[in-house]
Order: sequence, then structure tokens, then C-alpha cells
Amino acid sequence: MLIAVFADIHANRQAFSACLAQARDFGAVRNVFLGDYVGYGADPEWTVTTVMDLVEKGAMAVRGNHDNAIGNSRERMNVEAQIVIEWTRGELGAAERRFLEQLPFTCRDDDRLYVHGDASSPESWRYVTSVGDAARSMIATLAPITLCGHVHRPALYTMSATGKMTGFTPVTGSAIHLLPGRRWLAVLGAVGQPRDGNPAACYVMLDTKRRELTYCRAPYDVEEAAARIRNKGLPSWLAERLLVGK
Amino acid sequence: MVKPSLKPGEMIDGFRLEQRVHQGGMAALWRVSRAGMTMPMLMKVPIIAEGADPAAIVGFEMEQMILPRLSGVHVPKFVAAGDFEVQPYIVMERVPGETLLPRLPELPLPYAQVADLGLKIADALDDLHRQHVIHLDVKPSNIMFRPSGDAVFIDFGLSHHDQLPDLMQEEFRLPFGTAPYMSPEQLLGIRSDPRSDLFALGVLLYFFSTGVRPFGESETMRGMRRRLWRDPVPPRQLKPDYPHWLQEIVLRCIEIDPAWRYPSAAQLAFELSHPGQVKLTKRSERLNRDPLATVLRRRFNKGITRSITSVPTSKHISAAPIVAVAVDLDGSTLLNDALRVTAERILATLPSARLACVNVLKLGRITLDFTLDEEGHNKQIDRLVALRHWAEPLKLDNHRLTAHVLEAVDPANAIIEFAQANHIDHIVIGARQNSLLRNLLGSVSAKVAAEAPCTVTVVRPARTGETSQS
Repeated sequence: MLIAVFADIHANRQAFSACLAQARDFGAVRNVFLGDYVGYGADPEWTVTTVMDLVEKGAMAVRGNHDNAIGNSRERMNVEAQIVIEWTRGELGAAERRFLEQLPFTCRDDDRLYVHGDASSPESWRYVTSVGDAARSMIATLAPITLCGHVHRPALYTMSATGKMTGFTPVTGSAIHLLPGRRWLAVLGAVGQPRDGNPAACYVMLDTKRRELTYCRAPYDVEEAAARIRNKGLPSWLAERLLVGK
Repeated sequence: MVKPSLKPGEMIDGFRLEQRVHQGGMAALWRVSRAGMTMPMLMKVPIIAEGADPAAIVGFEMEQMILPRLSGVHVPKFVAAGDFEVQPYIVMERVPGETLLPRLPELPLPYAQVADLGLKIADALDDLHRQHVIHLDVKPSNIMFRPSGDAVFIDFGLSHHDQLPDLMQEEFRLPFGTAPYMSPEQLLGIRSDPRSDLFALGVLLYFFSTGVRPFGESETMRGMRRRLWRDPVPPRQLKPDYPHWLQEIVLRCIEIDPAWRYPSAAQLAFELSHPGQVKLTKRSERLNRDPLATVLRRRFNKGITRSITSVPTSKHISAAPIVAVAVDLDGSTLLNDALRVTAERILATLPSARLACVNVLKLGRITLDFTLDEEGHNKQIDRLVALRHWAEPLKLDNHRLTAHVLEAVDPANAIIEFAQANHIDHIVIGARQNSLLRNLLGSVSAKVAAEAPCTVTVVRPARTGETSQS
């Protein structure tokens, strides 16, 4: 089965549409969403209703910190993120807000665990940015394969049967065989706000039969997404960073 | 779970174990067969027992990831793999023949034979590097030859793939490899430089041509680290008849700093196949090792080891292409000038690129050709001189420039074959302007552009007033 996994869409309609279309062309039969549907971007309502619709049709989705902040004003964020969240609260209808509030923190599917950040404490929203972080997350679960987002930069970690860790920056389009007998943690790049210097939207395709993971990039109309952020009067840095992928 | 021992006649996933052909410390090799398959096959089964070397498992995992992604004549064809959870194995093509290991008692081999081995291995390395893999354990026991003469690498347990996680990197803090062949940068823990394979090949060529290992056989860290500052005895000191060009090539391969070696396996192969055009530097003349003062400076100046940086394999190769320019010495000056401008543009951006200037000496289909013309000049030499004269304004170092006169009935075929044999990355060729000649002979550039195995740039002189039409 081919699964498309998306993280950190951040209300970027142009990026999300491009990824969905590309994944469909690749033959994805299931979608998985790793949280942060809102925040930063200018199209929260369209994004959340699209995800709701796909979940209705069998997709899986977990909660991210920005989603959590919609119904929880005590969630701590940086100033720009806070401004956008306050604006987003005024954009989403009751059904959408309820959908975000009811999302699970983790989701288990066969040998895979879906979570927004570090799986050892999903509600703390810790980043996985090193082999040490990855080890902590892996040790806390029984799942052979963990997929998470939150960091906005792609990375792949693996732990051998003897507990040795390896970290790796994946190459776009190059399928990686997730060897059984070791454990894997894939940190996805962001759909809606990539920060690895490449402005193209990032997601992964997972072939469960062949146990192969491929990091994909979808180019999209970045100018349009940036223009919409400016038009809504949101902080202009959020528009500028999309153009450079930072 | 893994069964304690396998026996002949046993079946694993449809493969029948026929005979155990090798039992090593890390894996056993079985000859296997399968209904409906005629290709001779080998099954590699790692030893996973209590107290087994963890490197065996990780090496096997790396091979399981890398081998299925490789193709071509220089690797055994991948057939199937089994998971660790049931019975780990890899089934691959059984390459007929022996490795280079049984040839050690014959050493030293004649120089021409060593150069031929080197050329074949460098060709195979070029192919491997282009598939993103650095072997990192090039040594006689890991090299075989097909009946066609093509070299084949076996055992990718220590290899690095620049698009896959390097499981070896983090697993072992100590360097892994085979002591006499391990490059200085490998000793420092760097596993991502394709020029490490050129170093190992240089060691092999030194050993096969002199019978002596340039860096000894010490397996202690202290003994191995000596190669970070101590240069080996020049082959000419061991064998006074050692050819200068071969010493130049061998010593350049085993330079301490990777940046001083050949920039790519293709460029090394190119030198090995054109010994007459190897630029002979000081290296080729050396009879003694570096004086103590130089060695001590290297020993305590970390400059060289600091400059070793990590760049992806694909970048190394794309930065060091071999560009061939087909120059028609009888053609128009305008066109030849345009060719030079194009070549200059390509070379300006790539300081490791090299240029092969090619001219085809056309032979008649029926008439007997003589290499001497009526005045007794040697046509070959005249043309080589003319080619170098054409290239002179480019001001290229001799390292980066060679000239070749090909004798052929069909110029297009000759250029295509030259490109194939020499791993040319880019051909620059002029379009024949005289339409009458083109009508009679067909267009050489069109055929080259259509059939060459690489990028082809067809050059036309800038349009001038008289040729432009409405």
C-alpha cells in the first residue's frame, strides 16, 4: 500500500494542493496528517475542511501544537505564531474548531506510529533534531517505524538492534529501504513552511509492502501563498520566509 | 529465529542450498539454485550468533540496502534478499572465476599487465561512483573479472551510498577497512570521499608492480596512521626499470591529501589508457622518500588533514568531467575559433575538468593509406602538433589537456567509440558549414549528437552579415 504522509501544512493552500495532487499521481491510496494544519498561513479554513473531508474518507490525522493552541490559550508560542493563531481563531467555524480539539496526540497503524513531535511525550511538543532526541522518542514506543513532523527539516534516524543510532539527511526522490530488524524515525519536512533552504513543499511516500520511504518535493506557487499572507495583514516575515524556505 | 546451521539440500524461500563455497568470519557463501532460473547464483548468509562481530550485521545490512540499487557489468546482479526476522540472506549472481587474491604469489607482474588491471578497475570504480557508491574496501580479494575482461566488485559491506543512511558511520567509532589499503581520510573516519577508492587502487597497483606493499601490513592504529605523514618508498628505488609514467600515476593515486590525487576514477582510467600523454612531474623521477624535515612538518602540521572535507560523491564526479572537442583541422578558422570559445566556457566553471582534443584522420575505404604523406611528413604527428596549437590559447595545464588523432573510415563512429572507451562526459563538435560536402558525406555532428553516449554540444560560428538570409 502506498501512503502519503503530510506534516506542518500550516494553512498553506497552494503548497497543500500541490502535494495532494502529486501524491495522487504517484498512486497514494491513503493519506496521513501529522498535525499543524493551521498557523503561519492564510488559508486555515480551507485547509482544515480539506483535512476533515479526507479524514471522513479514511485518512488519519493527529494534533499539532498550533492546532492545540486554537482552543487552548495557554499554549506558548513565539510572537508571530501567536498573532496568526489569534487571527485564525476568528477564521474557523465551530465544526472546524471542534475537529482540531478532538484530534488524538498519536495514532498507531500496523507497525507505524504517527505523532507531531517527540513520541516520548507527545503533549510537550518537543522537537526531534538530533540522534539523542530520536533515541529518546524511539525508546518510548514499541513501534518499529515512527513518523513525525514539527521540525520543518527532513531527517531520518535509525536504531540498530544493539541500540546504536544513525542520523541521515534524506535525498529527495531516493527510496530508502527501512530494513526490518532496526527501528526507524522519520522526521518530515513541512508542506506549508519548509525551513531547509528549499522552498518546495515537502512530504513523504511510504510503500508498506516494500518497506520503502521516499521524501518528495512538490514545487508550488510560492508567490501566491506569500501574497495571501500579506493581504491578510499577517506578519510579513511569514511571507518572506516561504520564498527562501527558511 | 535464525537457524543455527544450514545444510546442503535445505530450501530457503524457494532457493535450494547446493554447496557451501566459502565460510568467513562474517558470512557464509552458498551456491544455490532455483527452479526456472539458469543464472548461477550465490547466497550470502551472515553469521549472527552470540558474540558475533556486530560489524558483520551492519555490513550485511548495508549490502542489503546497496546491492539492489546497483546495476551493470561491474557488480554481481542482485536476485533476492531475506529479512532479518526470518532468515537473513542475499542472493546474487555468481560471477565465474577467481578474485585477484590467488595471483599474489605471481607478484610483481609486468608493468603493462598492471596498467591493464588498473585501467579495468578504474573503469569499474567510475561506474560505481556514478551510481553514488564508494566501495571503501578495494583490495585483491574483492575484485573479480568477467570473461569479457570487465572488473567486478564484490562485497559492499563497508561501502557508502550517498543517498542512503550510512549505518557504518555511527556504529563504529574506529575506522573500518583493510589496513594496507585504507586511505588516510578513512583512518580519520571520513567515509564520503570517492578518492579513497583511488588511494586503495594506487596501493594495489604499487603492490602488483613491485611486490611490496607501500604502507606495510601493520594493523595497529599507530602503524596505520604513519601514512598520514610518511610517504612510501618510490617504486623506482625498488625497481630501476620502473616506467616514469607508471610511477607518476601510482604515486598520484596514493597522495596523502585527496585533493592531490586524480579528481575522478574516469580521469585515472584516461591516464592509464594513454601512458604516452601522462604529464611527468617531479613525482615520476623520485628515487627517495621525502627528507625527514618534510615528513616532520607533515607530522606536526595538521594542515593537510584539516583540508580533507566531505563532499557528496555525485558532486565530485560532476565537477571533474572529461570533455572531448572534435577539431576539424581542415575546417574553417571561424568554426575552430567558435569551438575554442565554447570549450573555454565549459572549462572556466570546472577547474577539475580535462580536455581531450580529437581529430579524425580519415582513411579511404579502398585505397591503401600511408601514414607518411608525399613529402615524408608523418601525418599523425603533424596533426597532434596542430591540435596542441589549436588548444594553446586555452592555456591549459598539461594535466588537463591531451591530444588524439584517430584513424578511421567513418569519422562519426570513431568519435563515438572514443567517447565510449574513455568515459567522455561531453563532446563539443562543429557543424559542417559547406552544405555540398554535407549532402555528399552526411553530417558527422548529427550522427554524433544522435548516437554518442553523453552530452553533445554542436557549435556553429556566430552568424555574420553575409550568411544571414531573410
